[in-house]
Amino acid sequence: MKHARVVFQDVVHHAIETDDGHLKLDNGQIVSEEEVVWLPPVQPRTVFALGLNYADHAKELAFQAPTEPLVFLKGPNTFIGHRGQTYRPDEATNMHYECELAVVIGRSGTNIKREDAYDYVAGYTVANDYAIRDYLENYYRPNLKVKNRDTCTPIGPWLVDVQDIEDPMNLTLRTYVNGKVTQEGTTKDMIFNIPQLIEYLSSFMTLNKNDIILTGTPEGLADTKEGDEVITEIEGVGRLVNTIISEKHFLRTKSDNAIFSQ
Amino acid sequence: MSKAIIKFSETLHTKEVEVDPQSNTIILGDRNLTVEQSSLEAPISGTVYGALLNYSGELKALGSSLTKEPYKQPPKAPVLYIKPVNTITGFKSSIPLPEDTSHLQVGASLGIVIGKDATRVTEEKALNHVLGYTIVNDVSIPHESFYRPAIKQKARDNFCPVGPWIIERDAIVDPNNLTITVFVNDELKQKNTTANLIRPVSRLISEISEFMTLYEGDVLLIGVPENPPFVKKGDRVRIEIDGIGYLENTVE
Repeated sequence: MKHARVVFQDVVHHAIETDDGHLKLDNGQIVSEEEVVWLPPVQPRTVFALGLNYADHAKELAFQAPTEPLVFLKGPNTFIGHRGQTYRPDEATNMHYECELAVVIGRSGTNIKREDAYDYVAGYTVANDYAIRDYLENYYRPNLKVKNRDTCTPIGPWLVDVQDIEDPMNLTLRTYVNGKVTQEGTTKDMIFNIPQLIEYLSSFMTLNKNDIILTGTPEGLADTKEGDEVITEIEGVGRLVNTIISEKHFLRTKSDNAIFSQ
Repeated sequence: MSKAIIKFSETLHTKEVEVDPQSNTIILGDRNLTVEQSSLEAPISGTVYGALLNYSGELKALGSSLTKEPYKQPPKAPVLYIKPVNTITGFKSSIPLPEDTSHLQVGASLGIVIGKDATRVTEEKALNHVLGYTIVNDVSIPHESFYRPAIKQKARDNFCPVGPWIIERDAIVDPNNLTITVFVNDELKQKNTTANLIRPVSRLISEISEFMTLYEGDVLLIGVPENPPFVKKGDRVRIEIDGIGYLENTVE
């Protein structure tokens, strides 16, 4: 089943997808995807993100593939839902998308063995982990100013139940900018796969329900501009639509967006 | 006497009380309760962000290494990290010593608790967004490199004791002039002051809020002074901050 969190007529609802692509709200109402404001499909708690977890992408950025997962954390401020707007700072010269499979943890655990890892997964969703490379510095890199900006991590639309994805390690990822494919890869090429990542993280800290692991992105990054429609898509998981807006536009609508950002 | 927010264990909500930061005592009507007699949880619920390299002594100690590989140049923006929710724990709770290390590093920090969402606030108005102050021990496994996020060194369970309470903002006349002392088994191990901050409280909030919103309830650690004490199994760590009180935990 596919689950979403949406706002319809000022009320937050849990929703599921109907057979013909509509949303069925928890009060029984059937609505279309344009009638709601999409929230992240789960309320994020601890969110991990992986750097350089696809060999081709590591090469693209001129890095050796890491021997231990390169993990960083993200705060709740950065997440927005499907059909949301991400702002590009006026001064930025390089802002790129990153299509990523997001793994949502279903129950807490420590020292989880890789063979048991999927028992701890609730499901999957799609994330677009934007980076603004102008702000890269070599301290706790990738630093929060690059990776944890307001509106810079669209996630959704759906949380897809774990049992509905037969092999999460064999899914095609694609990014479309204004309808044109700019990034294409497969989760097969992850350096550290989902069970390895869950084993690694839980070996030194407790994973909790609704923690999210953004598993990294393949090669094919490109700069995006104000007005671009960026769609990140993962086979069987979802198609996440996002639009780039200007900084001025963001500041004007900030008060409206703030209600829906966490 | 100051107003403070505390969270008793096994309760759902925080509670506003009068406290005496000098003696770490809670005033409940006509009854005085020392924090030792109470069972307290961390009084916070938001995201905890920390700032690295925010003491001038710390930067100075690193000296020319900041212009060499892999850093190449000194930091420009505040260097931030997140202490995730599994790390948060309260006054008196134990800090577990992981099997893969013999020592832990004490990170004595003033914690700024946000009272009102802060997006793009100016330095002048930053304190309007502050609810109050608390004491935080940002525990780490000792590590030398700041090149990559230190998740494995900083995000272990219970590596972030917070407490004993949040002291209301107006009880602290100047958050940029507070003495911070660390005692290990009652022996003085570290003494510094927030007067040595590179980015004082208001400036730090303002610069961070330029690119990320600090929400009501979030906590910002202003930094950890140079030469942090190391502790081992069985050590009792006490961090004192002027006007706020003390936070005590034991490594086990």
